Amino acid sequence: MTRTLILLTATAFAAPALAQHSGHAPSTPATTKEKPADPGVPTAPHGAPAGATGSSAQSPAGPAMSEQADPHAGHDMQASPPASPIADPHAGHQTGTQPSSQPASDPHAGHDMPDMPTQTDPHAGHAMPSSEADTGSAAPGHEPGVPDPPVEPPPAAALSGPRNAADAVYGPEAMADAREIARREHGDIITYNVLIDQLEARVTNARDGYFINAQGWYGGDIDRLWVKTEIESDFGRKPEQAEVQLLWSHALDPWFNLQTGVRYDFEPSPSRAHLVAGIQGLAPYWFEVDGAFFLSEKGDVTARFEAEYDQRITQRLILQPRAEIDFALQDVPEIGVGSGLSKAEIGLRLRYELVREFAPYIGIEYNETFGDTAKFERAENGDVSHFSFVFGVRAWF
Amino acid sequence: MHHLIERRALLRGGAIGVAGLGLSGLFPAWAQSGSAGLAPAMPTLSGDDIRLTIGQSDFTVGGRSAHAITMNGVLPAPLLRLKEGQNVRLHVQNTLDEDTSIHWHGLIVPFQMDGVPGVSFPGIKPKTTFLYEFPIRQSGTYWYHSHSGLQEQLGHYGPIVIDPADADPVAYDREHVIVLSDWTFLHPHQLVVKLKQEGGYFNRQKQTLAGLLRKGDPEEAMSLADRLMWGKMRMDPTDIADVTASTYTYLINGHGPKENWTGLFRPGERVRLRFINAATMTIFNIRIPGLPMTVVSADGLNVRPVTIDEFQIGNAETYDVIVEPTEDRAFTLVAESIDRSGMGRATLAPRLGMTAAVPPLRPRPTLTMKDMGMGGMDHGSMPGMDQNSMPGMDHSAHSAATAAGAAASMGGMDHGSSGSMAGMNMRDKSKVPPTVKVGVGVDSIAMAPVDRTGDPGLGLEDVGHRVLTYRDLMSLTPNPDKRPPTRTVEVHLTGNMERFMWSFDGEKFSEGVEPIRFELNERVRVVLINDSMMTHPIHLHGHFFEVVNGHTGSHPLKHTVNVLPGAKLTFDLTADAPGDWAFHCHLLLHMHAGMFRVVTVRPLQGEAA
Ligand SMILES: [Cu+2]
Repeated sequence: MTRTLILLTATAFAAPALAQHSGHAPSTPATTKEKPADPGVPTAPHGAPAGATGSSAQSPAGPAMSEQADPHAGHDMQASPPASPIADPHAGHQTGTQPSSQPASDPHAGHDMPDMPTQTDPHAGHAMPSSEADTGSAAPGHEPGVPDPPVEPPPAAALSGPRNAADAVYGPEAMADAREIARREHGDIITYNVLIDQLEARVTNARDGYFINAQGWYGGDIDRLWVKTEIESDFGRKPEQAEVQLLWSHALDPWFNLQTGVRYDFEPSPSRAHLVAGIQGLAPYWFEVDGAFFLSEKGDVTARFEAEYDQRITQRLILQPRAEIDFALQDVPEIGVGSGLSKAEIGLRLRYELVREFAPYIGIEYNETFGDTAKFERAENGDVSHFSFVFGVRAWF
Repeated sequence: MHHLIERRALLRGGAIGVAGLGLSGLFPAWAQSGSAGLAPAMPTLSGDDIRLTIGQSDFTVGGRSAHAITMNGVLPAPLLRLKEGQNVRLHVQNTLDEDTSIHWHGLIVPFQMDGVPGVSFPGIKPKTTFLYEFPIRQSGTYWYHSHSGLQEQLGHYGPIVIDPADADPVAYDREHVIVLSDWTFLHPHQLVVKLKQEGGYFNRQKQTLAGLLRKGDPEEAMSLADRLMWGKMRMDPTDIADVTASTYTYLINGHGPKENWTGLFRPGERVRLRFINAATMTIFNIRIPGLPMTVVSADGLNVRPVTIDEFQIGNAETYDVIVEPTEDRAFTLVAESIDRSGMGRATLAPRLGMTAAVPPLRPRPTLTMKDMGMGGMDHGSMPGMDQNSMPGMDHSAHSAATAAGAAASMGGMDHGSSGSMAGMNMRDKSKVPPTVKVGVGVDSIAMAPVDRTGDPGLGLEDVGHRVLTYRDLMSLTPNPDKRPPTRTVEVHLTGNMERFMWSFDGEKFSEGVEPIRFELNERVRVVLINDSMMTHPIHLHGHFFEVVNGHTGSHPLKHTVNVLPGAKLTFDLTADAPGDWAFHCHLLLHMHAGMFRVVTVRPLQGEAA
C-alpha cells in the first residue's frame, strides 16, 4: 500500500510540469524541410492539354475561357485572357480595408453621423429589450439613423396555403414521418452519465476501510432518472452504511434540479426506506451542491448537505475540497443518529486526470460526530472524530 | 521533366475518369496535394447529369484510419463545377443503411430540392436513388453536405464552383478550392454525449491556478477579481469552442497538418482561393503570413475588393480571395481554430515539397464584457452599477475593439477589484420580448447587445494587422430590392452552456415550435440578438439576405452570418422563395441540440394570394 501511495504522490507532483505543456500547440505541425521532389514542376492550370482526357466538352470552361475547344490547349498561359484587367476595375487593386468609393445610392455609407443619435434615439446606449437602432454608439459606417420598423406579426397572406409545403410534392405520410425524425434530431437528445465520484480506500490509525460514492442518470435535458449510491465499510466487515436512491430529477433553472424519489438503506440494520426531496446543481462560483431531506418509514426526518469545488491547478491536476453535513430532527438510536447536527465530513482530494474520465487521487478526510450521535458512537467504542488518509479513483462514462 | 509531370497528371486523370477516385484512392483530383489548381482539363463532375453515390469508405489522417461517409468514395466529396444558366440533374444514390440527404448550401433552388429531411423532402432512404433537378441561377463558390443526423461530421461534404454566364468580374490566372473541415475519431454522437455530460469536456485551455500565478502570460491576463465575477455567473470566459483540437484534426482539402496539402502557383500569378468552411464545429481564423489577401466574394457573391491579412470564417461561410505571390517561395496557409487549440495547415508553393515556416498557435482569447452582452452600456446608463462592479473589462481585448463604437463608451472603465456584480441580473427577462421563453435553456440574456459588424471576431481585435469585418464588405452590384423593410422580426440566440442546450428564443425545435412566417416577397428586417457567449454562424436556406452594415444599397448579400456573442446583427430579407426553409445555427451540434427553426414563405407559387 505504501508503495502505491508513493507512486500516486509522485504522479500528482509530476503532473504540473507535464501539464504546463499540454495546453500548447498539441497539433502544431512541425515545419518540415522536405526537398522539393520535382524542381521544375509549375504546371499552369490552363497549360494541360484540354482534350487529353477527352472530357473537355463535359467540363465547363475555366474562368473567362471560351466554352469552345480550348484554343490555348498545350500552351503556356502566363498572360492568359482571364488576367485581363479590364474585366474588373476593382479586383485586387484597392488596398484599403475600407473601399474608398461609395455608391451614389448611399451618401452616408462609411460616414459617421454625429448629429443623428441623440435626437433620433433617446435610448442610445441604454439596454433596450427590443431592436432599437443603437445609433447612439454607432461607429463609422453603421447604418445612418434608420430606425428598425416595428415588430409585428406576419401579414395574413403569410398564413395562407398549406401548413407544410413539401406535403403536396412528396405526400403527407412520407413527410409526417420525416418531420417527426427532424423534430427529434433537433433538440430531443436522450443521454446518460455514470459518475463514480469516489472509489477509495481510507487509512486511519484505527481500522482501514473503503468508501464508494456513485451516481448515474438517464434522460433528456429537463427530466432524468437519477440513481445515487453510497457504501462505507471497514475492510473485511459488512458495510456500516449502504444506501441506494432512485430519483426523478427535474430541471428547475439552467443550473439546478429538483430531485424526488426513494432511498433504501441496506445498512445499518435494521434496513429502512425513505422518501427523498432535494435539490442538486451548480451554485454560483462553480460549487457543486446537493441537499436533500429524508423522511423514513418510521417517520424520522433527516437531512444531508454536500458541496464540492474543483480548483484546477493545471489543466489536469485538480484540487477538490468537499464537505458534507448531516442533520436529524430527532434521535434515531437504532442506527446511532442523534438529533441536531449529527455528522460532518470535510475532505480535500488532489486528482490527476489521466483522461477526463479517469482520475486517480489522494487526499485527506476528517470526520466528526456531534451531540447525541457522538454519544451513541462512544457507547459503541467508535471514534467521535478521526482523520483518514484516502486514495482512489474518480471515473465516469 | 515537364513532360513527366504532364504524363503523371494524365494517368491520374485517367484513373479518376474510370473509378471516380484519385491515385491515392482517397482524394478527388482537386483536393490532391500538389494540385496545380482547378483546370478545364481536370475531371470534375460537371454537365447536366451528375451521379453521386453516398457510401462508407475508410479515411486516413495522421496515420490513423476510420470509417467515413463519403460521396463517390472520396473525402471531401468531388468538386461540382457548374455553369450559371444550365439545368442540372443530380442522381444521388444512397448505399448506406440509414437515410441520407444532400443540401446544396447557398444555391437558390425550389424548396423541394433543398434537401432537408422533414422540411423540404422526406430524405433519401437506404438503397434508393433520389433525383435532384434544378436550374443554376447564380455563380460563385458554394458547397454541398448532408442534412441528416450528424453525417457531415463523418465526411459528407464537398465544394461547388459555378462559373458565371457572363465574364467573371474577378480576374485571376489560377484557382484553388480550399475546403476547411474538422475530423475526429470519436463518433459524432459521442461528441454529443460528452458535451451533455460535461459542457467543457473538450476545453483543455481552461483557467488554472498555475495560470493565475504565471504573471505576464497573455493567456492568463485575467485578474482574480474578473475570474470571480465570471465564476459567480457560472460562465467560463475560456469557453470559445465546444469541440477543440483535443479531439479534432483540422483538415484542409481533407489533409491534416502533417499531410500538408500543397497548392501550386507560379510567381506573379493572380491566384484565386475559394475558401469553404465545411467544418462541423469549428470557426477558423485564416491567414497566409507574408501574403495579403484581397477578398472578392463572400458566400459566393461578389463584393468590392478589400485587402486584408486575416479573416474569420464561420461554419458554412465561403470567401474568395485573390493572392498575388511574386516570389519563388512557399507560403503557409494557416487555419487556426477560433479557440486556438489547433490549426489546419496547408502550403502554397511554386513546387511540391517546398514549405514555409508554420507559425505557432497564438495565445487563446478570453471573453470580455462585450461578449457578455454588455457592450452597449456606458457609465450614465447603468443604474446600480459603479465602475468597480464591472471588473470583466479586459483592457487588452477591448482597447482594440473601439472601432465598434460601443466599446469606446467603456473606455474609461477601470478594472475593479471588488469583483462584485451586485445589482446585475444576467437573466433579466425584461430585456427580452415575451415571445422568448427564459427557462432552463437560457443561462444568460444580453443586457445591452450592440452592432458588432465592425468587429473582426473573437480574439482578432488586437492581432496587429488588417482583419476583415462585415463592415468591410460591400456588394459589387447594387442591392436589387430597394424597398425599406416593413416590419422587424427579432430572433434571440439562446443557450445553456452547462447543459449544452441551444435554441432560438429559448425553445428547442424539438419542443414543437411554430415556424417563422413571411409573406411571399415581403421585405422584412430580421434582428438576431445573441444572448449567449458563443459565436453562432446562422444560416437561412433558400435566400440571400442583406447584412445591414452601414452600406445602404450595397449591403453584402449572404446566406450565413456569424453572430458574435452579445451582438445584435441585422439583416434585411426579401422573402422571394415560396416554400419551407430551414433556419439554423451551422455549428452542427448546436443545430442538433435544438438551434433550428422552419421558415415558411407563403403563398406558394400558383396559389391565389
Ligand atoms: Cu450555434
